[in-house]
Amino acid sequence: MSGYMSGVLAVLLINMVIAYSVFLPAAAGLLNLGAAGFVLIGGYTAGGLTSRAGWPLVPAILVAGLFAGVVAFVLAFPILRTRGVYMVLATFAFAEVVGGIYLNIPSLGGATGLSVSTYAGLPVIIPTTVCVVAFVAWLLSTRLGLAMRAAHDDENVSLLFGVNLRMVQVAAFTAGGALGGIGGALLVHQFNFIDVQTTGVLFSIYVLLYVLIGGTQTAWGPFAGALFFTVVPEILRTMSKLDPSMKFLEAGRFIVFGIAVVLIMVVRPEGLITRTLIEKVQGSLRRLAARETAA
Amino acid sequence: MNGAELSLAGVCKSFGGLTVIDHLGFTVKRGSRTALIGPNGAGKTTVFNLVSGVYPIDDGTISLDGEDISIVSPAGRIGHGISRSFQNIRLMPHLSTIENVMLGEHWRRPAFSLARGRRAVESVKAALADAGLQTYPGQVVANLPYGIQKRIEVVRALLAEPKILMLDEPAAGLNNAESDDLRALLERVSARGITLLVVEHDMHFVRRLCDHVVVLNFGRLIFEGTPEEVHRDPAVLEAYLGTDARAVQSDNTAKAR
Repeated sequence: MSGYMSGVLAVLLINMVIAYSVFLPAAAGLLNLGAAGFVLIGGYTAGGLTSRAGWPLVPAILVAGLFAGVVAFVLAFPILRTRGVYMVLATFAFAEVVGGIYLNIPSLGGATGLSVSTYAGLPVIIPTTVCVVAFVAWLLSTRLGLAMRAAHDDENVSLLFGVNLRMVQVAAFTAGGALGGIGGALLVHQFNFIDVQTTGVLFSIYVLLYVLIGGTQTAWGPFAGALFFTVVPEILRTMSKLDPSMKFLEAGRFIVFGIAVVLIMVVRPEGLITRTLIEKVQGSLRRLAARETAA
Repeated sequence: MNGAELSLAGVCKSFGGLTVIDHLGFTVKRGSRTALIGPNGAGKTTVFNLVSGVYPIDDGTISLDGEDISIVSPAGRIGHGISRSFQNIRLMPHLSTIENVMLGEHWRRPAFSLARGRRAVESVKAALADAGLQTYPGQVVANLPYGIQKRIEVVRALLAEPKILMLDEPAAGLNNAESDDLRALLERVSARGITLLVVEHDMHFVRRLCDHVVVLNFGRLIFEGTPEEVHRDPAVLEAYLGTDARAVQSDNTAKAR
């Protein structure tokens, strides 16, 4: 695999991990615009541990996830008192506060960012991503996962059927925070650098878009969203280089990409991957198999 | 499975300056099939919402088998044996039939147990089959017909293993065959000892299913009795027809002659 391809794959996988960090709360009906906050916590924690304390990479990633999870747990209680757009604003404010804190810690680089020498390549990123996806799939297959998805659809009815709404949403937010921390830990060691400027509000918006464009109804949604947001701009860039008639894409690829995002929102407002889509695909596969068996 | 006796005593509920339930009291006997009827706006659904804990009561008591449940949380009432369906379908649209129904038994399963464990799936499938819904387990409910969704709501409420099952207009929008199927299902439920409390406008359905009728108007109790008696009560006739009951009765007598 070329260096370019492995770089794209690494970014795709890290984006997936971070997307799942927003997906878990979203699956429980909570919109989180503070992904950057948890990524910064995880990134600076793991980066600090490897670069300043000399820790090995894997324990640093685990501790980063744990610490971000603890912060998310503590934060969940006040944030879950808000609803809708106010929750979005509260999580956004949280990320801004976290950014402000790291900007003012000179020992972690302050405004110039934190440089680390330990590198996380695909041998670390792939198994971590597999573990994250397996964790999300397992969580969604439990009663807690069912309660999360029920809370997403109708909080009041879930409550009447005995769902401990507060516990479910705190759990989803905490698990999401932990995954964000793990994503941040991978990010800082993939790029050997993290700073507050490039992990700000735009970063949080992109991650939320991964999930909303991919879809919040199934665990495939963040995968599809991260794939779309990572791969499509790269395809457009490659097209601009390979075909002279597509030269305009070099500068204009983000315009094309933006139009594609708007079109997807119009055509598939519930995201690229929905339960109904999966049901249709499964039905088609069953009919195809039945036809082949009959033939 | 045993039913429970539900009692309301002096229950009041106002929304702003509007009194919706006014010192309401009645008892739903253990194992009975009680209908709660009344004109639109009488407060029937509000009674359901008060009993299931959607709204707190302003005054009075709601008790189940003598235990005051007025201050029990909404999530806790299902553990006391109260389960319900809704006037407008409130299924989880993005979940499959089997997942929706599993939500009914959520309160009695550990949080980290697998939702689709073999035993759980088998019991849910059996419940769906009992309601004639065996062909829909994996389908997303939003894509299913209205009558099927109505029955799924009933099965979800049943999976909670309630002592009292409260159904808000379960036959609304169903055709005759679906309505008959639903009645047969509820008769089987009743035979297991579960108390039924049903809000329903279809009096034919009520007469065939229920053994006791409670009539509300403007949030007050105006009649209690058998389905046969309810048609002869002047207060009920006046509430429904909005006219002098004696005139209606004399008109009926004249027509009979």
